[in-house]
Amino acid sequence: MTVSEKIFSKASGTPVKAGDFVLANIDLAMTHDITGPLAVQGFYEIMRDEEEKKVWDPSKIVIIFDHQVPADSINAAENHIMLRKFAKEQGILNYDVYEGVCHQVLPEKGHVLPGDLIVGSDSHTCAYGSLGAFSTGIGSTDMAAVFATGKLWFRVPETFRFEVEGKLPERVYSKDLILHLIGDVGVEGARYMAAEYAGSTIRSLSIPERMTISNMAIEMGGKAGIIEADEVTEAYLQERIPGYKLDPYWKSDEEAKYLDIRHYDVSDLEPQVACPHNVDNVKSVSEVEGTKLDQVFMGSCTNGRFEDIKIMADIMGDEPVAKGVRLLVVPASKTEYMKLLKAGYVEKLMNAGAIVEAPCCGPCMGGSFGLLGPGEVGLATSNRNFKGREGSAESFVYLSSPATAGASALTGEITDPRKV
Amino acid sequence: MEGRAWKFGDDVDTDAVIPGRYLIFNTPGELAKYTFEGVRPDFAKKVHENDIVVAGSNFGCGSSREHAPLALKGSKVSCVIAKSFARIFFRNAINIGVPVLECPNTDRIDDGDELEVDLSTGDIQNITKGETYQATPLPDFVREIVDEGGLIEYARKLVSER
Repeated sequence: MTVSEKIFSKASGTPVKAGDFVLANIDLAMTHDITGPLAVQGFYEIMRDEEEKKVWDPSKIVIIFDHQVPADSINAAENHIMLRKFAKEQGILNYDVYEGVCHQVLPEKGHVLPGDLIVGSDSHTCAYGSLGAFSTGIGSTDMAAVFATGKLWFRVPETFRFEVEGKLPERVYSKDLILHLIGDVGVEGARYMAAEYAGSTIRSLSIPERMTISNMAIEMGGKAGIIEADEVTEAYLQERIPGYKLDPYWKSDEEAKYLDIRHYDVSDLEPQVACPHNVDNVKSVSEVEGTKLDQVFMGSCTNGRFEDIKIMADIMGDEPVAKGVRLLVVPASKTEYMKLLKAGYVEKLMNAGAIVEAPCCGPCMGGSFGLLGPGEVGLATSNRNFKGREGSAESFVYLSSPATAGASALTGEITDPRKV
Repeated sequence: MEGRAWKFGDDVDTDAVIPGRYLIFNTPGELAKYTFEGVRPDFAKKVHENDIVVAGSNFGCGSSREHAPLALKGSKVSCVIAKSFARIFFRNAINIGVPVLECPNTDRIDDGDELEVDLSTGDIQNITKGETYQATPLPDFVREIVDEGGLIEYARKLVSER
């Protein structure tokens, strides 16, 4: 069995295989300030004839505010008020406006475990696959059903396995790797499938680097992006859950059946850039070098961790941000922000001319702050570059690694980080 | 159902359906005012009740936000026909009662073509061109949800059986 088949077998209480339709028990459900209000409305519709309008298990639900925080409009404030009230009435854990981005906060607070079936009303919920969970994005009505019943229907997905070997070259990172894979298979290359990332390269990655990989499984159409839990995972979880012991069952069997297996050697991989307006429009940095920039956005659930921002800051050294370029740095959580603060990186970046914002989704969701105007060009370490994603439909967004973002912030144009 | 086709290409993402800055709104009517604003600025003003959105492959890719099918529902389009749909959008549309049909022949349909769609059989008649296409029927499990009137009603049944 694949790890996905194992997780769905546990969740549905019966052995299942890819292609089966199941009604599965959910281990953890997450919603946020954008998709949460619709989920709450739907929940009360489902429960309208019930005397007790209670969620199935408040201990298995997390509500977090991260998209429009602090509230940037009266509508956003009203959404926050509604969700705070719901969380309080139901006894649900609510991470308010100061904690950070859902996909960073949940793993760092110990909510995610290998073998779990996790749903979130956000498409990048696949990020938790980095810890060996089957986690997937759902809509608000699906979430309403989960709130009410603790169950959701699924088609057990086939698995697309990516076997990656070789040592990543100097100044080439996991973001470059996942962009390369997406560029290879396309935006719907893994549609309806579980993407499974394996091989010596993947095993050599830290949890933050793995999070970047799993986070972007959705950009190849994936239902999940799973990395086998190992001693690296166990060490990460032991820091959060004292005495945690990894169950070796939660991995794909050697005889597991895959829909497709692709092999990659990344020993010679160059830094990669996704060009407008699709994430699979991927080119080597050398092909787009010199593209003039108006803004660099460093952050998001894909690359907003301490390690990511450190890479950028170290590349920039003591040099200032290029004239005419706005550098927005948005750490992914309060914890990551505090690490940066203690290590002196916040001061260093601000002295260089960066705007360091409080932890949140920032420009990535296209509705809060740091948006691009018509004709402007942005480079971002986030996950999507669709037309209008980070502001005007007449703007242009390129996606890159933190290293490429750092080098480009210095020069004011897309720059190969190996040349700085 | 009968309506005029609004034709789109491949990989129409949820940000194209409804830009992120409008996610503060939660009602179909409000969201409808901004549907396809960045890619078809005339859509919200010119769309008629029962019009049909037709697209290539991977329609609705990107975010899980249900605001995208809600915006289409608010625009009163009768259904969406595409070669293929992104998984989350497909689920969301079914859940809130926006019919979606997968059809390999959407290249044959042009902007403004008059279409007649039979959801029960998957038959699509292009009245303008005098052609008929066949859409893929929904899986049985999904039909159950549709037959219950959407996921809310399906879930209510589950709750009442507890």
